[in-house]
Amino acid sequence: MEVMYLLIGFSLLVALIFLGLFFWAVRSGQFDDQYTPSMRVLFDDKKSSPKKSNNNQNHRDE
Amino acid sequence: MGTTAVISSDICYHCGEDCVDETVHFDDKSFCCLGCKSAYQILDESGLCSYYDLDTNPGINLKNTKHRTRFDYLEDKEVVDRISDFCDASRLSLTLNIPNIHCTSCVWLLENLQKLDSGVLKSEVNFLKKELSLLIDTNHTSLRDVVEQLVTIGYEPEIRLEKLDSKTEKAHQNRALWLKMGVAGFAFGNIMLFSFPDYLDTSGSGLGGNFHLFFGALNIILALPVLLYSSSDYLKSAFAALSQRGVNLDVPISIGIVALFSRSVYEIVTMTGTGYMDSFTGLIFFLLIGRLVQQKTFHRLSFDRDYRSYLPIAVNVLNDHDEEYSVSLDKLEPGKRMRLRNQELVPCDSTLLSDEAFMDYSFITGESEPVTVTKGERVFAGGRLTGNAALFNTEEKVTNSYLTKLWNHEAFQNNDKELKLTTFADKISPYFTISVLGIAFFAGLYWLQAAEMDTALSVFTAVLIIACPCALALSTPFTLGSALNILSLNGLFIKNHLLVENLSKATSIVFDKTGTLTENESDTITFHGTALSEEEQNWVRSACKNSIHPLSRKIANSLSSSFLHQPNHFEEAPGKGIYADFGHSSVCLGSKQFLAEKGKIDLSKIPLFNGSTVHLAVNGKHRGFFGIQSVMRTGISELLNSIKTKFSTYLLSGDNETQKLAFSDYFGENGSLLFNQKPQEKLEFITRLQDQGEQVIMVGDGLNDAGALKKSDFGIALADDVSSFAPACDAIMEGDSLNKLHHFIKFSQQSMNIIIASFVLSLLYNTIGLGFAITGHLSPLVAAILMPLSSISVMVFTFLTTRFFARKGGLDIWK
Repeated sequence: MEVMYLLIGFSLLVALIFLGLFFWAVRSGQFDDQYTPSMRVLFDDKKSSPKKSNNNQNHRDE
Repeated sequence: MGTTAVISSDICYHCGEDCVDETVHFDDKSFCCLGCKSAYQILDESGLCSYYDLDTNPGINLKNTKHRTRFDYLEDKEVVDRISDFCDASRLSLTLNIPNIHCTSCVWLLENLQKLDSGVLKSEVNFLKKELSLLIDTNHTSLRDVVEQLVTIGYEPEIRLEKLDSKTEKAHQNRALWLKMGVAGFAFGNIMLFSFPDYLDTSGSGLGGNFHLFFGALNIILALPVLLYSSSDYLKSAFAALSQRGVNLDVPISIGIVALFSRSVYEIVTMTGTGYMDSFTGLIFFLLIGRLVQQKTFHRLSFDRDYRSYLPIAVNVLNDHDEEYSVSLDKLEPGKRMRLRNQELVPCDSTLLSDEAFMDYSFITGESEPVTVTKGERVFAGGRLTGNAALFNTEEKVTNSYLTKLWNHEAFQNNDKELKLTTFADKISPYFTISVLGIAFFAGLYWLQAAEMDTALSVFTAVLIIACPCALALSTPFTLGSALNILSLNGLFIKNHLLVENLSKATSIVFDKTGTLTENESDTITFHGTALSEEEQNWVRSACKNSIHPLSRKIANSLSSSFLHQPNHFEEAPGKGIYADFGHSSVCLGSKQFLAEKGKIDLSKIPLFNGSTVHLAVNGKHRGFFGIQSVMRTGISELLNSIKTKFSTYLLSGDNETQKLAFSDYFGENGSLLFNQKPQEKLEFITRLQDQGEQVIMVGDGLNDAGALKKSDFGIALADDVSSFAPACDAIMEGDSLNKLHHFIKFSQQSMNIIIASFVLSLLYNTIGLGFAITGHLSPLVAAILMPLSSISVMVFTFLTTRFFARKGGLDIWK
């Protein structure tokens, strides 16, 4: 049964990782606005970072 | 004069409105105005046309933005510093409030702003707050360019004076609550897992004794951050209350928390039991959920606005060479020449330099008709210019103006209303705490005689644990949070959940007239007298078209005529009337006195009319008058009739008495209809009612109601567009929802009853638990079942009952 110590250690570690991720998510502002992201889903991949939009421009130029 | 009206059924590709006046064709698409077309062109050139794919006709109608606001002041380093969040040599980050954000396309377009202006590094929209956060590279573009670009595509940011005065802090306090809840939830879940073997296997034979200790130690480690971090708000609040010799609901909660934790640590350390860590963490977890629910706020609304958010941030001023430039209001000095255009606000007391202007003071005084001002007369801050542009000379600084003085008046600064608010739970908590401590003490005393010290101590703590009023603490936030939600779906946005109680206790309701019971921008114009022939209508309309007086315009719009004559002779007496001579006939329009002076007409026999009148004489003969009546909002007469019996209702208006008759049916006997009320008198009226022991609801819309709204027990500001400016108040209501006011009050009363019912429910659980505790049978398993069960059932009960009563009362519960 001594393997339980190891297993519980692992399970706690996994849980702590998730808690850490939750902290990161809250701190990075993902819980500040819970409505707008649901609209962004509709944008397909047309919303692109400046880099990508340059790529698109290049394709069009070619 | 006049453009030929091409009536077409075309719909503007950009904004979706019917193209009434003219249709501009471009790219096989129709546009209602040049503004819409140029917005389309800009988007087309930048490859942003998926704007039109996400929502159909998403654009903002640009027809009414004839005069572009000037943004010179955004070049001013100091102004930029004050409105931005962060600013250095090349980067500028700021948040703009854009009221026009209304759909998915808006979000998409604004977040793709870098395609329109490569200097924009990042743009992010918060839809609910209607805010756009921008990061700008100031080497490539300037804030002014970006803002002007936004204006051309129809998203004019609202930059108000208040932004200059104080940097609004970014609200991150909610984040801490999320984190605390996360920690509590994490600990709750894990401790439940570790405690599970103990529940199944009470003898401990399956697992070695070491596991018992191991799990116990883990439980303590996991529970520590919950005690120190997650529950800190409750402990601090209880400590603060006790040090002021008061008792709030957090006191019994904190006693329970401390008892739970220390008892559990004691049991684990002495290996006498498994402790109640799962109950402890679960309790905190549920309590924090309750906090989160009650913290529901309406981001796009602000309830504490003052005059500074009413005024614009800058005005256009002329320099010595008659060139216009814009100046931010705090730098506006007396003695400047300032040009204002249609619908712009006068920021400070000034005198008129142009010959004539029309000021709409409805927001400040409640007068429904615009006032005519002639050259050299003084205009007061807060008035809105209607009609043609006019030139003013500033007389006072903004801070010394009428509006500011009115606002800063002592009586208007009544802020103690919120401090007095306490929940029902807080009121009973002293009694609750004392009785719990009493029961615990006597139970302990009894067991001290019946058994030994250990048992007595365990019973004592068990009572404290089980009596922890967490279900009690949950019932108020959950009921009121749910009620707030339902009310907001129906158009009433309440600032704070505690204010629902004030709404439910109301005994008198006071209404403002202009803009509250009547609609702001729509008047009905009817002609009373001998009917006019088509030719006569043409003359009247032609005469009116020559005048810029707002009433003339209204009359001109109400008449249909096919042809406009050019008068041979036209004269206008400012604020009195107009006279037009068409050679073979003449038209005289205006007040009684004007017609009597000008046309020598006897006007003694005229029927009474509820509203303003404009009299008409054609060829020197009195033909009748145009009656102008403001339109009551829909459903108001039904509302007033149905609440008349239950509440005392009053009408307080800053307007004159012309419409008294129209309202006298709906209000009680003499004294409940008051006209010509100044802001200060309105406030005093409310105070008098309150001195008579009445609980007063005030419904108003303008700054002239601001003092009364603040003084009343529940001040409702009515707004046709809830994100537009409303005076400081307890709740903002959509104009269309006013006819549901009595349903709202009834629902708030039911919500208070629900709270009491859920109190009874949670006390029932407490009594059952006390039975276990006093008899010394409170095992961790019983606690782990009973405590979450009571919390969850109270949550479910309040949620379902509020919805049930809302549905019964005819309110929407889903949108």
